[in-house]
Amino acid sequence: MSSGLKSRSFQITKTEWYIIIAFILLPFVFDFSPYFQGLLIFVLIWVMLGSSWNLLAGYTGLVSFGHAAYFGIGAYAAALPYYHFHISPWWGLLTGGLVAVIFGYLLGIVVFRLRGPYFALGTLASAEILRLIFGEEDWLTNGHNGILYMTTWVSKYPYYFIGLILALGAVFSIKAIMNSKAGFYFLSIREDEDAAEALGINAKKYKNISTVISTFWAGIAGAFYMIYMGFIDPEVVFALHNISIITILVGIIGGVGTIWGPALGAAVMVIVQEMFRSAIFGLAPSWVSRMHSLVFGLLVIFVILYMAGGILGDWNLITKKLKFLKRNQGK
Amino acid sequence: MEIFIQSLVSGLLIGGLYAIIGIGMTLIMGVLKIINLAHGQILMVAMYVTWVLWHYLGIDPYLSIFITIPVIFVFAEGLSKYLLNPLIEKESILPENQVLMTVGIGMVLVELARTIFSSDYRSVQTSYTDKALYIGNISLSFPLVIAFGIAIILTAGLFYLLSKTDLGRSIRATAQDKISASLMGVSSLKITILTYGLGSALDAAAGSLLLPVYYLYPDVGPLFTVKAFVITILGGLGSPLGAILGGIVLGVAETLGATYLSMGYRDAVGLVIFLLVLVFLPGGIKQLTKI
Repeated sequence: MSSGLKSRSFQITKTEWYIIIAFILLPFVFDFSPYFQGLLIFVLIWVMLGSSWNLLAGYTGLVSFGHAAYFGIGAYAAALPYYHFHISPWWGLLTGGLVAVIFGYLLGIVVFRLRGPYFALGTLASAEILRLIFGEEDWLTNGHNGILYMTTWVSKYPYYFIGLILALGAVFSIKAIMNSKAGFYFLSIREDEDAAEALGINAKKYKNISTVISTFWAGIAGAFYMIYMGFIDPEVVFALHNISIITILVGIIGGVGTIWGPALGAAVMVIVQEMFRSAIFGLAPSWVSRMHSLVFGLLVIFVILYMAGGILGDWNLITKKLKFLKRNQGK
Repeated sequence: MEIFIQSLVSGLLIGGLYAIIGIGMTLIMGVLKIINLAHGQILMVAMYVTWVLWHYLGIDPYLSIFITIPVIFVFAEGLSKYLLNPLIEKESILPENQVLMTVGIGMVLVELARTIFSSDYRSVQTSYTDKALYIGNISLSFPLVIAFGIAIILTAGLFYLLSKTDLGRSIRATAQDKISASLMGVSSLKITILTYGLGSALDAAAGSLLLPVYYLYPDVGPLFTVKAFVITILGGLGSPLGAILGGIVLGVAETLGATYLSMGYRDAVGLVIFLLVLVFLPGGIKQLTKI
């Protein structure tokens, strides 16, 4: 316990350096078509969203079913000043996160009174309410017509590297906080909130800290999405299924409560969906392309049933099983 | 004033259908202790079954409840037996593992429907779809009145099952205290599977009854999941009587919201009530009536 509370020094491990270098070199080594670059950028957006959800749910035990709320707020924080005053959406990278934090804090006043399934439903409902409000209030948000913005660059390289910096920022800031004292407090709140409070941890304060960081990155992800896509409407950024639920599934597939789990989950999600959307690169008959979400859903069910910790969380288990299989085959 | 009464009555009728959706959800929540986030999707499956029966075999949607109820019952039992129950013994970081599984199931069901039936809107046209009964100046949609009547019969049947039969007592015992119930010889595993089937069967009935007055498309599932949990929280977890009241409150609130706010806020009204209830009356209506 005593050694656990002392904050371990934060360092980037060798593997992580490899990952960073690989991602920096990726667009140079392979001369990707814009299509593949687009996919990579989507992976990066999902890394931000998944990691942000993971901090709240996987580490602090607050399973949010409404992460689209923060994502959408971040996106609209970038888009609304542009729509009304022609202020560049790029400012959203500063304001998007902050507005999402403020909003998350206010929402926290309501939903932090709730626990377990009530919390999950409370967050889900708040995201849905936002979706309906942003869809209805035409004077503020241009309603379902959405907000359109001519993107700054045609080339996708700048977006890729900006996205990469943001995604790495999200992952490493979460790693840093999980290596600090606060990180251990988060874990104790996840395991047993009452016991944590009995030990003198201010649960409310640390839940708020966790929310601030989580909502910040979700908001940034939203703002970056707006800048990159150049178009948002409420049905896209506040989507219950396509944002909130997929965020959760990204976390689960990669591994809840692991630093790199959501990043891996994001990559798996985008790869699986795109593989099937393109009907396995045009090799399979075209009806396969309609099954992209179906296959991902089946993958989720499989992971929950057989790898409760996700791919990274159960990595040791998986490698052990593989070794076992290999040894048996050798005999 | 007339508009007010008109929307009140329409809300009441649709609320009767919401009530059986809510009872199904609350039964599952009471016994399995999970939010069934695939509830609306199961309702959607029932609606598609009803649609197929009507479209290809010409079976009346209201008669088809005799087919959809057993079909969905067996289907849901399979889901809970092979997908939900195995998770009870699994170690995982998040206690919400079963809930997340229902999310996965819901997603697969929606996408399956999309793959098979595409995203087109479908509806059932029967001879009585557009008919209405008039009491004074108040019009009552004929299909909704029938649906309301069937919903009452089903609810009465369920209450009889829960209060008078051995099975019902076992279900209620498991909901109250799983361990004590299993000490008294109730197989909690069997009861959970059965309850999931029973809750989904009610859901299926609601689906068949809704089809003549509603559009059908794959994404109707998530919509009704949201409605179902709003009803359940409104009524109080695990309280069938609360779910009836919750369903009616939601139905009335939605139609009043649609009449007086705007059509687009129809679905928001329920959610706002939901958040208010969560914060100010966390036990739901059950907390007030103690039933």
